[in-house]
Amino acid sequence: MSAGLMAEFQEAEALLRALRAARAAGWRRMDAYAPYPLPEAAELLDAHGGPVAWIAIGAGLCGAALSYGTQYWLSVHDYPINVGGRPLHAWPAFLPATTIVAILWAAAAALLGMLALNRLPRLHHPVFAVPGFGRASEDRFFLFLSSRDPRFRPEATARFLHGLSPLRVSEVPEK
Amino acid sequence: MSATADKPTLPPEASYAGMIGRVADPVLERRPGRRWWIGFGATLLLTLGFAVCLAWLFIEGVGIWGINTPVVWGFAIANFVWWLGIGHAGTLISALLLITRQNWRASINRFAEAMTLFAATIAGLFPIMHLGRPYRFYWLVPYPNTMEVWPQWRSALVWDFAAISTYIIFSILFWYWGLIPDLATMRDRARGRIARYAYGAFSLGWRGSARHWQRHDALYRAMAGLAVPLVVSVHSVVGMDFAASLMPGWQETIFPPYFVVGAMFSGFAMVVTLAVLVRRGLGLQAVITERHFDGMGKIVLAGSVAMGISYLTEWFTTWYGGDRIEYEHLAYLFTGDYAPLYYVMLFCNVLVPQILWLGRMRRNIAVAFVVSIVINIGMWLERILIIWNTLSHTHLPSMRHVFYPTFWDWATLGCSIGLFAFLFFCFVRLVPSVAMHDLNKRLHQEKEARG
Repeated sequence: MSAGLMAEFQEAEALLRALRAARAAGWRRMDAYAPYPLPEAAELLDAHGGPVAWIAIGAGLCGAALSYGTQYWLSVHDYPINVGGRPLHAWPAFLPATTIVAILWAAAAALLGMLALNRLPRLHHPVFAVPGFGRASEDRFFLFLSSRDPRFRPEATARFLHGLSPLRVSEVPEK
Repeated sequence: MSATADKPTLPPEASYAGMIGRVADPVLERRPGRRWWIGFGATLLLTLGFAVCLAWLFIEGVGIWGINTPVVWGFAIANFVWWLGIGHAGTLISALLLITRQNWRASINRFAEAMTLFAATIAGLFPIMHLGRPYRFYWLVPYPNTMEVWPQWRSALVWDFAAISTYIIFSILFWYWGLIPDLATMRDRARGRIARYAYGAFSLGWRGSARHWQRHDALYRAMAGLAVPLVVSVHSVVGMDFAASLMPGWQETIFPPYFVVGAMFSGFAMVVTLAVLVRRGLGLQAVITERHFDGMGKIVLAGSVAMGISYLTEWFTTWYGGDRIEYEHLAYLFTGDYAPLYYVMLFCNVLVPQILWLGRMRRNIAVAFVVSIVINIGMWLERILIIWNTLSHTHLPSMRHVFYPTFWDWATLGCSIGLFAFLFFCFVRLVPSVAMHDLNKRLHQEKEARG
């Protein structure tokens, strides 16, 4: 039992053509691999960057609240220092650190959230066993059709992929 | 600038694999040449020299420098502002050019970000070195302690601590995130076992799925959006370290933007310097082209004009404000003890870059190199003169005195440049100096545009 089939293409356009064909044929459990971002491919795969922005905004607001709250509590309640009668709750003076800490939280959370959404780090993955897959990070483009898609029939799917004029079609092992 | 964005910047015959080979081969295939070893050895010596400077400083104290009342800030603070300014450009350039869709950035953003990382780290050392008791720098962190003392949140110096530490962490994240797909490329190309394992581990198992790319791009854009306000706020806070005081020549509202512009200007100059060296050293003539120098030259020129306007504004408001001590400060700039250096600074920062109005000069790489070095010197002079001119000419005339740098002042500055160069020599041998996936994306766009 294999995890699916992988077709290798020479050009980005060939991959996009194949992806469109697979989508039109009703494929949903599939993936595309490219050495650089192809926004059109992501669209065909229904992939969105969406949640990242929300993670960043949420974490940024948390960081801001924590930073401002710390400054307020320390300066007004725990350790008030009277400097020439200036207000203890000096909100303009609290804003620089608040902004900066918010940015730090947003960036760090977005990065961690992104890794979690991408299920990375994962050093080993079955697709690496596909012959020639190393060039997915250079100049080759790959289309993967998963055996978990209800449409998957080993011979018929292989025929379908061969019909898209790939360089070659290989099996992706289960593990 | 928009014209540069649309014009092709890469040679028409370029191929994807060829581009990657050009960038990756110097790291993976070619042995470091004799020039690299000489540079590496020399900068390693300077790095050891930096360690000696630090050791002697920690043994003997800040008295080894030329600082004394009233000039209590000296080289350490000027070096800090200068290095941090250089450190600002990498992230700012990379983020700003990404947001404004200047896709030619692909050839320069990687080493500009590395420059940021190294320069900001070195910058972060100087305020600690400058403390009389450097081993207590962590008192700036708000941590519960037995003394029951907390930092003073209304002080710009405390904001500065938050700003610099955040900036360094942020720069590392931004740089590393952009690097992950390229580390995967290196993993797939590497032949040695150690290289494969090392690049494999650091690439976190990146496999180039279109879904991952989509999120990678979304995050990268989000980080770029966060980077711009962060960079502006960090150097504004550095400006406020000065402006929040009551010293003539420092307490000016123009200081935060003036510092940010200066940072971008000096940082871009350093990017040009490094671009020339990286291009030559790694043979990246096809990747970093004359058009890139053309684009960078325009930004440097804009920075120079902005600096000139800042100086004019400073002089005008001082004159127009009519405050006597401020007025004396202005006269001291032009006729005082440091006047010759002030003229040199104006020559370097305002006059010399005007040559870049000529397109022929912008595309001439030798000219770009010389101008960028001159600007780096000019910007360092600006940082030190901001300190000297104000502190040497204080409110109390009997206290006024001129700063004379000692051997250790110069040694610390020189060796910090050596440390920076050393880190860069390591960088070019370990990771690809150009963002290969961005480069290929750019190539894809140019090929599509050509049809």
